[in-house]
Amino acid sequence: MTEQVIRKVLGEHAKLSVDSMALDPAADLYELGLTSHASVNVMLALEDAFDVEFPDELLRKSTFASIGAIRSALTELGAA
Amino acid sequence: MTSVSAPFTVAENAGLSLLARAEIVGRESAGPAAAEVDREGRFPHEALDALRVHKLLNCAVPVDQGGEGVSLGELCAVARILGRYCASTAMIFAMHQTQILSLVRHSTPGVTAFVAEAVANDYLIASATTELGTGGDVRSSVCAVARDGEAVSLTKNAPVISYGEYADAILVTARRTADSPPSDQVLVVCRRGDVTLEPTGNWDTLGLRGTCSPGFVLTATTSADLVVGAAYSEISSRTMLPVSHSVWSAVWLGIADAAMEKARSFVRSVARRSPGVTPPGALRLAEAAAVHQQFADLVAASAARFDAAASAQDESMSGMGFSLAMNNLKVTASTLVVDLVNRAMLICGIAGYREDSQYSLGRHLRDAHGAAVMVNNDRIMNNSAQLSIAYRGTL
Ligand SMILES: Cc1cc2nc3c(=O)[nH]c(=O)nc-3n(C[C@H](O)[C@H](O)[C@H](O)COP(=O)(O)OP(=O)(O)OC[C@H]3O[C@@H](n4cnc5c(N)ncnc54)[C@H](O)[C@@H]3O)c2cc1C
Repeated sequence: MTEQVIRKVLGEHAKLSVDSMALDPAADLYELGLTSHASVNVMLALEDAFDVEFPDELLRKSTFASIGAIRSALTELGAA
Repeated sequence: MTSVSAPFTVAENAGLSLLARAEIVGRESAGPAAAEVDREGRFPHEALDALRVHKLLNCAVPVDQGGEGVSLGELCAVARILGRYCASTAMIFAMHQTQILSLVRHSTPGVTAFVAEAVANDYLIASATTELGTGGDVRSSVCAVARDGEAVSLTKNAPVISYGEYADAILVTARRTADSPPSDQVLVVCRRGDVTLEPTGNWDTLGLRGTCSPGFVLTATTSADLVVGAAYSEISSRTMLPVSHSVWSAVWLGIADAAMEKARSFVRSVARRSPGVTPPGALRLAEAAAVHQQFADLVAASAARFDAAASAQDESMSGMGFSLAMNNLKVTASTLVVDLVNRAMLICGIAGYREDSQYSLGRHLRDAHGAAVMVNNDRIMNNSAQLSIAYRGTL
């Protein structure tokens, strides 16, 4: 469920060169075209979808590097 | 009219501090040639020779790799001194330091061997990050690395490569593979001997003319182990961007120093003519000095921020706060340098406006205007705008 929402958010905001629904959870999103510009939109959409706020410590590149990384960040925030 | 570079030998200079050596390079080589370098748009050969003689090209390389391991704060102090004498020389110094630190801080075995070679031979390293078709967006590439066994090749249409013709190596950004998206870049080390540079234009600019930065179609074939292992996104956010913004800002501070010196000396000469009367320029000078102080403090604090994060090896360097702070440094410093030269112009009046007076500010004013367009401030602020939506901390 969580993962599906993450994939949907990535599909809408990450501007990846591949289909986010078919993505390996460990795949490096930056290698697939995620820019820091787009990652901010991804973050905002995740906050919206999961009703959380990312604290400063999580606002770094590695947090958004893969579906798995996003998932663990959300778990850390108690959202998933 | 061009002065010959300082007749110092390495042995004589061994005992001198970093800043003393920078001062010698500035005073004896870069400064005396600066007007001619600017007028003719020629490469400051004598200053580069002096930087080599005084071992200033490799000072930031760690001691165990043959350098002196100086901090970014110290590098900035050198860039500032050089900037006071010749902004083009200082910019070349600054850009070179950014390139060599990028290699040192993101090294992989092939790159480590290259750094040793660069240190042993006092290489000057240039960079080709900007590309035709991406505007000034250095975080995206059109060209891509093509691999053929142990060899890699690439062709890049670069609108600006500073001192490309005089460099011993050029660091080039390119997409990782022909199938990679524009933002998935790698940094490729290309020795000059493995590169052909086909000029596509001149470098006839308002300022920073001695950086000799025309466009080239760059074609290179190099070895696969000279593709830096780390993703360029990492190299850019952790090293290239913060280091370049810091050392560039230090150069601009040096330009401001030069303008302030002229303003100060102008006000002093007026004061000497009418003892007991405070010259009208003195108030402006005091106001300018307050801005100048903020500028100097900002550059020092930003370099210290980098040095602290680098020594802690923590994650803060990839954080948004760090990026925002470094963006702010660049935009603020590039604005203040123009502001301060303008203030100096008002203080010196026609003497500053003249090209043939000891208070002439023309070169400084023209050089200062290179700052805001060197990675356009609007572009940087647009990036910051996006980060600001997300960032929650205080800088
Ligand atoms: C002295 C000097 C030396 C240089 N040396 C090198 C070098 O050695 N190697 C190298 O690779 N490059 C070098 N550069 C190039 C430099 O790094 C910039 O990339 C280049 O100046 C950008 O060109 P531009 O102004 O045409 O492009 P842009 O940055 O595209 O700016 C052009 C205009 O478009 C606007 N604009 C475009 N995109 C945006 C956006 N997203 N947001 C807001 N506004 C936008 C800007 O406001 C500006 O008005 C050098 C530049 C200078 C001045």
